[in-house]
Amino acid sequence: MASLVGSRVERKEDKRFLTGKGRYTSDINLVNQTYAIFVRSPHARAQIKKLDISKAQKSSGVVSILTGSEIAEDKIGGLIAGWAIRSEDGTEMKCPANPPLAKDIVNFVGDPVAVVIAESLEEAKVAAEKVSVDYKVLKAVTSTADAMDGDTIHEGIDKNLCFDWLLGDRQKVKEAFEKADKVISIDIINNRLIPNAMEPRACLADYNSASEEITLYTTSQNPHLSRLIMSAFGNVSPEHKLRVVAPDVGGGFGSKINVYNEDIVCSWAAKKINRAIKWVAERSESFLTDIHGRDHVTHAELAVTNDGKFLGFKNETIANLGAYARVFGTVTPTYLFGPCATGVYEIPAAYSNVKAVFTNTAPVDAYRGAGRPEATYTIERLVEKASMELGIDKTELRMKNFPTAFPFKQTLVHTVDSGDYVAGMEKAKQMADYNGYEARRKDSESRGKLRGIGVSSYFEACGIAPSAAVMSLGCGVGLWESAEVRFNPTGQVTVYTGSHSHGQSHQTTFAQIAADELGVPIENIDIVHGDTDKGTFGMGTYGSRSLTVGGIAIVNACKKIVEKGKRVTAKMLEASPEDVEFKDGEFIVAKSNKKKTIGEIAFACYLPGVRDEMKSPLPEGEEPGLKETAFFDPSNFSFPAGTHIAEVEIDPETGEVKLEKYTACDDFGRIINPMIVEGQVHGGLAQGIGQALYENAEYDETGQLMTGSYMDYTMPRADNFPEFNIGYTCTHATTNPLGVKGCGEAGAIAAPPTVMNAVIDALGGQEITMPATAEKVWKACKNLKKSNSKAA
Amino acid sequence: MKNFNYHLAKDSKEASKLSSSNSAFLAGGMTTIPSMKLGLASYKDLIDIKNIKKLSGIKVSGKSVTIGATTKHVEVANSKEVKKAIPSLANLAEGIGDPQVRNRGTIGGSVANNDPSADYPSACIALNATIHTNDRKIEASKFFKGMFETALKKGELIEAIEFQIPEKSSYQKHPNPASRYAVVGVYVAKHKKDINVAVTGAKPCVYNDKDLSKALSNSFSSSSIQNMELDSSDMNSDIHASAEYRASLVVTQAKKAVDAC
Ligand SMILES: Cc1cc2nc3c(=O)[nH]c(=O)nc-3n(C[C@H](O)[C@H](O)[C@H](O)COP(=O)(O)OP(=O)(O)OC[C@H]3O[C@@H](n4cnc5c(N)ncnc54)[C@H](O)[C@@H]3O)c2cc1C
Repeated sequence: MASLVGSRVERKEDKRFLTGKGRYTSDINLVNQTYAIFVRSPHARAQIKKLDISKAQKSSGVVSILTGSEIAEDKIGGLIAGWAIRSEDGTEMKCPANPPLAKDIVNFVGDPVAVVIAESLEEAKVAAEKVSVDYKVLKAVTSTADAMDGDTIHEGIDKNLCFDWLLGDRQKVKEAFEKADKVISIDIINNRLIPNAMEPRACLADYNSASEEITLYTTSQNPHLSRLIMSAFGNVSPEHKLRVVAPDVGGGFGSKINVYNEDIVCSWAAKKINRAIKWVAERSESFLTDIHGRDHVTHAELAVTNDGKFLGFKNETIANLGAYARVFGTVTPTYLFGPCATGVYEIPAAYSNVKAVFTNTAPVDAYRGAGRPEATYTIERLVEKASMELGIDKTELRMKNFPTAFPFKQTLVHTVDSGDYVAGMEKAKQMADYNGYEARRKDSESRGKLRGIGVSSYFEACGIAPSAAVMSLGCGVGLWESAEVRFNPTGQVTVYTGSHSHGQSHQTTFAQIAADELGVPIENIDIVHGDTDKGTFGMGTYGSRSLTVGGIAIVNACKKIVEKGKRVTAKMLEASPEDVEFKDGEFIVAKSNKKKTIGEIAFACYLPGVRDEMKSPLPEGEEPGLKETAFFDPSNFSFPAGTHIAEVEIDPETGEVKLEKYTACDDFGRIINPMIVEGQVHGGLAQGIGQALYENAEYDETGQLMTGSYMDYTMPRADNFPEFNIGYTCTHATTNPLGVKGCGEAGAIAAPPTVMNAVIDALGGQEITMPATAEKVWKACKNLKKSNSKAA
Repeated sequence: MKNFNYHLAKDSKEASKLSSSNSAFLAGGMTTIPSMKLGLASYKDLIDIKNIKKLSGIKVSGKSVTIGATTKHVEVANSKEVKKAIPSLANLAEGIGDPQVRNRGTIGGSVANNDPSADYPSACIALNATIHTNDRKIEASKFFKGMFETALKKGELIEAIEFQIPEKSSYQKHPNPASRYAVVGVYVAKHKKDINVAVTGAKPCVYNDKDLSKALSNSFSSSSIQNMELDSSDMNSDIHASAEYRASLVVTQAKKAVDAC
């Protein structure tokens, strides 16, 4: 049987998605359900002086109106930060309480203060407008850079500082800088982004008063984790009386990791009113209240020798957490950011210092790449600047500092198991026709255009898992994954995974793996996910961990099935288990022609005995049935890496930037399905290029979101991109049996510095901030013209 | 969105009769529906005019192109007659929004709405258009009164827009990357007797830039406006473009338009 791993198997999920048969949370309706509308703060920071629901309660169709007072009375817990980070001085981070409905004070525009539940959506809306809230508006803090100088937002949190964290050795860095011929320094901003999943958040909470069970259908990347948090911290219901179902989910990008206010409030309220409650976000609510991403202000320095050896690196960053610290809010700008900021280079001394600040803006949390795009942007913009200042070719300078041997002990935390960065760079250069660039630049010039080329090399730590490692860094849970493989008596297989697919194509990739492991046709394999009542447990999908953690759990469960199959075969065929081999779905007794198919063995496991012709006795002590569970906890993160090269052309009269060429050469280890990986790379690139050229979440000084709709928030579209030139190098990961590495975030990590390096190259080295909008570029072009005419 | 009454009018008369101070005509709905969804507008009655046959279609004579009010952007973009008589007008329609918007949005709705960054108003000014309503004919130069403001009276229905065929013309738009409306759009049209340089997006209302048209009347070439600097003091400024940038874009887009003529 030909191996399916490595082939472009068409997506099993496409038929469902492309024919409108997907089943998303808002497609689900329950008899007698009610509708919720949240009353949200229109102010970024204010005291609630009075909240009056009397008028609204009289409005037609209203079932119940609940506020922060009731939720506090019922001792329902708030939203939490999942990682505890310590400051450099050893003190614990400081986080404010984040009640699901604000009672006394609101901290960002969109912070919910009450929920109106009515018989129809329309009635809920009308009533919500009648809830009157008397606010005392306070001065908002919105700027990342100035947050520490602003008014104190949360009582007891001085300078709005959650923590002041250090990774690395300041003294060693100081010494390294003293030895430097040159210090390259840079001030950059990593612009704030809004994730914009295609499906807005939604939830539907149901309560059964007889079984006392709450069922919550919700748009989540990790239903088990949500249940755990809602139960252990939210006090909503004991875990066994709470079922969380995340059916088809239309994109997450990190924004659906968190348990949100609405999940907790609707679950709690459904029990209170003993009826189902449905809530579906409007797009404007998504803009205001989904977690946002990035938002760093960084000063970084690189100490170099004149011949281009890197000696030391400093990273001083202020990271905006928004109004509250959420699940991955505190780890994203620390352990997911700091260690990767030294990039793919051997740098003897380095530190990352991050001050995380609270502001009156939406909470900032993990968004595709989470910390690693910020890290890569920092080091790759700095290295590009070094190449300009040292006059060394940008690819040569990088290669000069690549590690030569693996495992590569990276300066700050990680030991990278495998890779070949030089091969990746050389292949990328060839794919991009790097050496032919000058001719293309001249051609652009002859048409009055400016052309630039940009390179970036990245590595990232993903497949976020090793429980021992993440817990030692402050994570509140272990990040293993589970899988369960069940055979039916008639030979089909159902695989239950704790990973969650919201665009990752697990139904296909995971089935390819199981088909190869078990020798069962892929049509006979179903992948089930997204329901806490099905499958053992799951930590969910984020940080490119599905395949490297969840996929391996499946492999291991399949291996257990095969082991049992060998024992059963041995008994049936009167051989010893050690002599039974398994290949392509058949158990074969060595040096004989005796064999059983895996289907026969499954059947036998469910009919353990002897009757007439049927002889399927199980070995003594063997349990009937064929079902195995595995929990997998890898020994390390996975470390994809690569080099990307972009070329842009700028019209100096309008400042428009056109991305002309984009080459991505990535090392994702072994590739299970090249078509699906291409899709992941394309999506990541679209978001990364979006960050570089288009997307920006902007608040004004009073904390109003200026980019709260698609009229103002620029999502990139297909016509903004050239055809992507994608290639791979492949060094297998040594930390998992498939040799795979994560691929979901690479595009979003590598693209921003690649594109910005190209833009800045075209602008003669002038710094500009992301996104490189036409107006900013136009201004830079005018400066360039001025300085050129001066030089002439 | 709040509930409303829906009416399907069979002719202009009925449409006009049904209208009140709390109603809107529903043509493509591409402005009306989003503004109702966002809570920026609410109406008691929506009067659908799509079924009024007389309001749709394209007619070309020797001197003019007349487009019915409910003609969709996609129909103008694809029309062989328009492409032949005034190619720049078909081009303009092709560049509005995205395919969904072009498949529903109408010329009458766009002109009646007079969004400061809409495309069609510039065509009306540049091509000396006449707006035909159920009541009268209005010259384009007297039609666009200010931001979202026109000469239309309550209940007055646009039936068609008649564009004068120019000798040469071109529309050049610098689109807002998010909405694809015009940050600045410049429509240059050279007629036998006059040259119009209609500008949209730059100011609260579409206007005919007299300085540019004067310079081009002296010599119709982009070099004659090459170094012009426009006064930006009354230009729009927002998160997408400052007034200074818009002023520069007006000249740049005008140059491109002249070169493309
Ligand atoms: C995403 C998006 C992008 C867009 N991009 C662009 C763009 O790039 N350029 C651009 O120019 N426009 C753009 N538009 C607007 C689009 O062109 C609309 O079609 C247009 O503005 C309104 O036309 P409509 O037929 O949809 O009108 P409707 O929304 O149906 O009506 C709009 C208003 O006009 C009035 N009205 C409609 N028809 C008549 C009539 N015959 N007589 C009198 N009053 C009437 C209605 O009462 C209402 O007040 C965009 C819209 C969207 C949603």
